[in-house]
Amino acid sequence: MSLLNASIRELHTRITTKEIKPSELVAASLERIAATDSKVRAYLHVNGDLAMERARRLDDNVSPDAPLLYGIPGATKDNMNTKGLPTTAGSKILEPYVSAYNATVVDKLEARGAVSVGKLNMDEFAMGSTGENSAYFPTHNPWNLDRVPGGSSSGSAATVAAGQVLFALGSDTGGSIRQPASFCGVVGLKPTYGLVSRFGLIAYASSLDQIGPMTQSVEDNAVVLQAIAGHDKRDSTSANVEIPDYLSALTGDIRGLRIGLPKEYFGEGLDAGVRAEIEKAVKLLESLGATVGDVSLPHSKHAVATYYLLAPAEASSNLARFDGVRYGLRVEGDNLIDMYKKTRGEGFGEEVKRRIMLGTYALSSGYYDAYYLRAQKVRTLIKQDFDNVFANYDVILSPTAPTTAFKLGEPIDNPVQMYLNDIYTIPVNLAGIPAISVPCGLVDGLPVGLQLIGNAFDESTLLRVAHAFEQAASFTARASM
Amino acid sequence: MSITIQEVEHIANLSRLALSDEEKANMTDTLGKILNFATELQELNVENVQPTTHSLPLKNVLRADEARTWLTQEEALSHAPEQEDGQFCVPAVMEG
Repeated sequence: MSLLNASIRELHTRITTKEIKPSELVAASLERIAATDSKVRAYLHVNGDLAMERARRLDDNVSPDAPLLYGIPGATKDNMNTKGLPTTAGSKILEPYVSAYNATVVDKLEARGAVSVGKLNMDEFAMGSTGENSAYFPTHNPWNLDRVPGGSSSGSAATVAAGQVLFALGSDTGGSIRQPASFCGVVGLKPTYGLVSRFGLIAYASSLDQIGPMTQSVEDNAVVLQAIAGHDKRDSTSANVEIPDYLSALTGDIRGLRIGLPKEYFGEGLDAGVRAEIEKAVKLLESLGATVGDVSLPHSKHAVATYYLLAPAEASSNLARFDGVRYGLRVEGDNLIDMYKKTRGEGFGEEVKRRIMLGTYALSSGYYDAYYLRAQKVRTLIKQDFDNVFANYDVILSPTAPTTAFKLGEPIDNPVQMYLNDIYTIPVNLAGIPAISVPCGLVDGLPVGLQLIGNAFDESTLLRVAHAFEQAASFTARASM
Repeated sequence: MSITIQEVEHIANLSRLALSDEEKANMTDTLGKILNFATELQELNVENVQPTTHSLPLKNVLRADEARTWLTQEEALSHAPEQEDGQFCVPAVMEG
């Protein structure tokens, strides 16, 4: 078995006992990328020389009490700033930007000895569900290269599925960690809003964005979450809460756990094959001692419409900074306003422009109350639905996405059809609560993700259930690249 | 719910986006479809419901106004398409 398919804890033992060196592990990661990424195209930028230089320095300082991530190769989605490396957010408007500072998550990973091997492809400004909105090139699903890896954290899911790195960071505004994790058969966690600092993350929708880990196993996910969670003075929206020991939550014991099945998540639009795999997962969890009950989240059907007013409204404001003045592209115009318009018209892709327009419309005079304010009120109703269920249940279980990965290059005439693909993930962001996608089976050779949704700041329960499920289901299939 | 090409042009101006004629036509079609989809929210009774702007109960997070080391002026300017005398340059906004 390749070094890169071992767990982070196994590799940590082999590194601290000096059986392997960090530089051997990082070299294996870079070799794997060199051998497979011409097909997968997960990377916008591979950081080979710097990564090897750093790994060799780590070789000289191995100690028995090194952090778990010491010498472990990982990569970050390209909307997180990494000092001295290009950061594009999958857009042409920032080129040729090189970060002047590190995102807090990048600093935290480095402080624990992790080695970043590169920057991962993504839908432009994290807007998309297929990875095809990258301004550079689409990423391919390692399970089937003719399929999309999902989005917007397309490269993050694909690199983990292709066994190129041990972990990747993604960001999730409406499902952008969980849906690609589901499509690529990896574990993806969207933490509670505020658990992980977003300082240095290029903002899409600030009341929804959250950074989280994508890994091959739940245990690895807990290790990475432990490293990146916590309050940050530089992000005033990060929560000042005590961070539990996530690994100690992985007991394998879920006896007495109360699982709610929301009927709205099993309705029209759910693929029959996906449904069958989710139903098998429910039976397995019951056999482990969990009790299962039917619940209702009555406002979830309005979540997609709510999201597509609120997120674009926030995006229209956040993306105002890309104006040809401080960084990136500038297209000359007749005057200042004309320069702004030409720069933004040329620099942004179609979906980004659509969402800026939609958000500007929802916030504009005469429409604010009918669209934006109303959507914020519906958001309250959606959040209350979850609060009501969590009064009696520990976790909510659903599919992560209605289908498995779809074909690359399928034309999209109506964007609403694409938006509806995020119907099971979006409500979670609106409520600000955590959720994890865990692989639970295959349909026609493509992975299916099981979504577990938890109460705010209760990542421990999610990880415990996901881990117990993973161990019992022993889903060991991997993309054969 | 539909949106006219004039409204698209108005919103594009507010958004500071130059759009081609083809893009304007595409936006008219797709924004109309999305806004039409969003009309479902009009059915809901939201009377007496407070809006949620943010899911955490955070208010007025303040910090002391203290000088800290951060990017130098040179670093901050290093990506500017145009700069002069330590400042960002933009096309002239005043006559003369």
